[in-house]
Amino acid sequence: MSLQKLSRRDFLKISGAVGGGLLISLQLGGCKQDTPPAKETTTPAPTPTTLFEPNVWITLRPDDSITIRVGSSEMGQGVMTALPMLIAEELDADWSTVTAEFAPINPAFANPIFGRQQTGGSTAVRGYWKLLREAGAAGREVLLTAAANTWGVAAEECHAENGNIIHEQSGRRLRYGELVEAAAKLPVPDVVLLKDPDQFNLLGTSQARLDGPAKVDGSAVFGVDVQLPGLLTAMVIRCPVYGGKAVRVDDAEAKKIAGVRQVVSISTGVAVVADHFWAAKLGRDALKVEWDEGPAAQLDSATITQRFAEVVDDGTIGRDDGNVNQAIDGASKPIEAVYEVPYLAHACMEPMNCTAHVQQDSCDIWVPTQGQTRTHNTAMQLTGLPAEKVRVHTTFLGGGFGRRSEQDFVIDAVETSKAVGAPVKVMWTREDDIQHDYYRQATYNRLTAALDDNGMPVAWRHRIAGPSIIARDARGREDTANDFSSTEGAMNLPYAIPNLQVSYARVNTAVPVGFWRSVASSQNAYITECFLDELAAAGGKDPYQLRHELLRDEPRLRGVLDLAASKAGWATPPPAGRFRGIAVAHSFASYVAQVAEVSVDRGRVRVHRVVCAVDCGMIVNPDTIVAQMESGIVYGLTAALKGEITIARGRAQQSNFNDYPLLTLEENPEVEVHIVSSNADPGGVGEPGTPPIAPAVANAVFAATGKPIRRLPIRLG
Amino acid sequence: MITLQVNGKAHEIDADPAMPLLWALRDLLGLTGTKYSCGISVCGACTVLVEGKPVRSCVTPVSAVSGKAITTIEGLSPDRSHPVQQAWLEEQVPQCGYCQSGQILSAVALLNTTPQPTDADIDAAMSGVLCRCGTYQRIRKAIKRAANIATREG
Repeated sequence: MSLQKLSRRDFLKISGAVGGGLLISLQLGGCKQDTPPAKETTTPAPTPTTLFEPNVWITLRPDDSITIRVGSSEMGQGVMTALPMLIAEELDADWSTVTAEFAPINPAFANPIFGRQQTGGSTAVRGYWKLLREAGAAGREVLLTAAANTWGVAAEECHAENGNIIHEQSGRRLRYGELVEAAAKLPVPDVVLLKDPDQFNLLGTSQARLDGPAKVDGSAVFGVDVQLPGLLTAMVIRCPVYGGKAVRVDDAEAKKIAGVRQVVSISTGVAVVADHFWAAKLGRDALKVEWDEGPAAQLDSATITQRFAEVVDDGTIGRDDGNVNQAIDGASKPIEAVYEVPYLAHACMEPMNCTAHVQQDSCDIWVPTQGQTRTHNTAMQLTGLPAEKVRVHTTFLGGGFGRRSEQDFVIDAVETSKAVGAPVKVMWTREDDIQHDYYRQATYNRLTAALDDNGMPVAWRHRIAGPSIIARDARGREDTANDFSSTEGAMNLPYAIPNLQVSYARVNTAVPVGFWRSVASSQNAYITECFLDELAAAGGKDPYQLRHELLRDEPRLRGVLDLAASKAGWATPPPAGRFRGIAVAHSFASYVAQVAEVSVDRGRVRVHRVVCAVDCGMIVNPDTIVAQMESGIVYGLTAALKGEITIARGRAQQSNFNDYPLLTLEENPEVEVHIVSSNADPGGVGEPGTPPIAPAVANAVFAATGKPIRRLPIRLG
Repeated sequence: MITLQVNGKAHEIDADPAMPLLWALRDLLGLTGTKYSCGISVCGACTVLVEGKPVRSCVTPVSAVSGKAITTIEGLSPDRSHPVQQAWLEEQVPQCGYCQSGQILSAVALLNTTPQPTDADIDAAMSGVLCRCGTYQRIRKAIKRAANIATREG
């Protein structure tokens, strides 16, 4: 029975009895058309045309064009294509007529996982997939009814197909555009039937990115590209030492620079406001500021490491299986190692920026942000304006990786615009961006393990010390043991080891820390997967075989492990001079395994090939999954081979791509990605590609040199 | 006054002669397709063509390019029909897209001098143009594809 032939009454009747089809009540944010989203001010007032808008997500026009609103921010991860695909599938839309646009600020567009408009944690498809499919299905049902009414036939005799409703017996068809007027007058059903996966036409097929064309001709508008009448450009100087404050400002020289308009003190520093970037930059260079550097003035990396080391054995235990201390104390030769990772910058290609126009009774913000709701709240607090007077306009993001969830650049722009009474674009330089990041935390880890007589691990103790991200908020300070922002990837170690203990000692310093692509899994996958290879070596086990054995209770992780090993030819020797390493990680509801093939030549590590297997559940746009695995691998390779922020005199010692280098095209390995076919609920894809690559590479280097890599980035003596 | 010849059009600008071309393009002419990222000529996001050759506009004073033919991403083609743009779409290169103007113009410059580049040619020409999304593998494929498109159309 074709689901599309079921009338609404039919599927209400068969509720709970339908085989396979999902019957779900509609929850479109409780909004529908009661609180229409604020119209973007940049678009001209539309000429009065009848539109079919079954919900906040979809606008269908008489010319067949369909606009689909996207609640997540597009920072490269492909949501501007994947999310519309979810709607278009159930709507049975003609994909070629679909365009996507960023949603305005409105609770109706909140990601159900967060309850707010927020992009992060690889949650876009995971959070929206049901909601958007329901939205599309509701639209399709109305169009079916509209066509059936027009023809005077039963809706059951009609079906939807590629932007048309077709009456099968008579062969009559109506395009969606022709049905707009009739559909707009009909009620929208509150219960809809979703398709079975075997009925998908669009989901699971690779579709070109909808934002592709605008990204090859320079027309995509990023935050830095916002243009407004009378727009000024500002640059903020911040105290180079974290937590410091300006105490005296001499702006006489700065104001002599042609094009500099004003110098204003704001809560984050001192803003030089000018006609354009170059004048603002010269003005800021000429500014003389005396700083109170505050208590962190003498902080350095060695002191920070020492603080971590002092408390690493006194952490709060968050997982305690069996009796780990007894097992380790009873072992003839326990294995112990200290693993360290450094602070890392996000280094989005587009430096932080924000444009704000604060007026007496309104505030408009144009910003590349991962957090629209937070931005909205920040602006309301700073301006005292009510919610409906503050509008957040999302631009394309030139990279995000977690950095753009923060509010510092929003505060810069809102405060500066308010102070000068004009629209202001605050631009950060690359130096500002690297030196004033919310860094991936540095951590210090002591791992101890014991093997049985067969070389199998029977005890695993992981003690973590380092800063916490969630402890920045009062609520996050409450529960150290379950601090996912520092322990994820370690606490949920997937291996069947009977005695297992993980603890965390929280040590926050003045160095700001924040969410960085794959968060704590970025360091903990490296630490745990490399230590496991140490155990494999000590027990005389093959690293793949040991994992396969220890993943007996983790079928999906074992599945990707086996797939990656098989595609990489693990059972056969690598080419001469090359060595392989393998690693797995379960993060953001997806399962990834990677095999890296490396060579080591006079202390230089070269990664030649990476084979990646991913199980991310339901597949939306396969090419995006491949692209995100490629992307996550490159991001993680930069961290494995190069990334390190060091602290001296309370400030970051790195400032630009010359001393915080990124992986280059020449260094890029050949990456191949294999996707596991699955109908499980969708997992994330933006982050899960990152955690396994550093340990896969480090394990390959261990295989090559016989020396474990216990600190990143990999530096061979 | 300084004359900038951008995408076939002459613009008279009243600017500090030391102002980098990048900011003249972006802030004075409103051509925002050329991007700022490092400001010190190490990332290539700001690459434009001057007389067909790749130039880092973030460190090139406007006085140095007065009267010379400058091509930005906006001037590459009116309809994304340049072989490199076509190839970029066919290989689905862009992710966040921020570095892609610099990538595309660097690739155009490479193909201008080396119509059938080897991997080593691509390494040499493109390794100074950074991409944080890691689109390098697709860039390499797209350059080879663009070479074929250009040959076919040539």
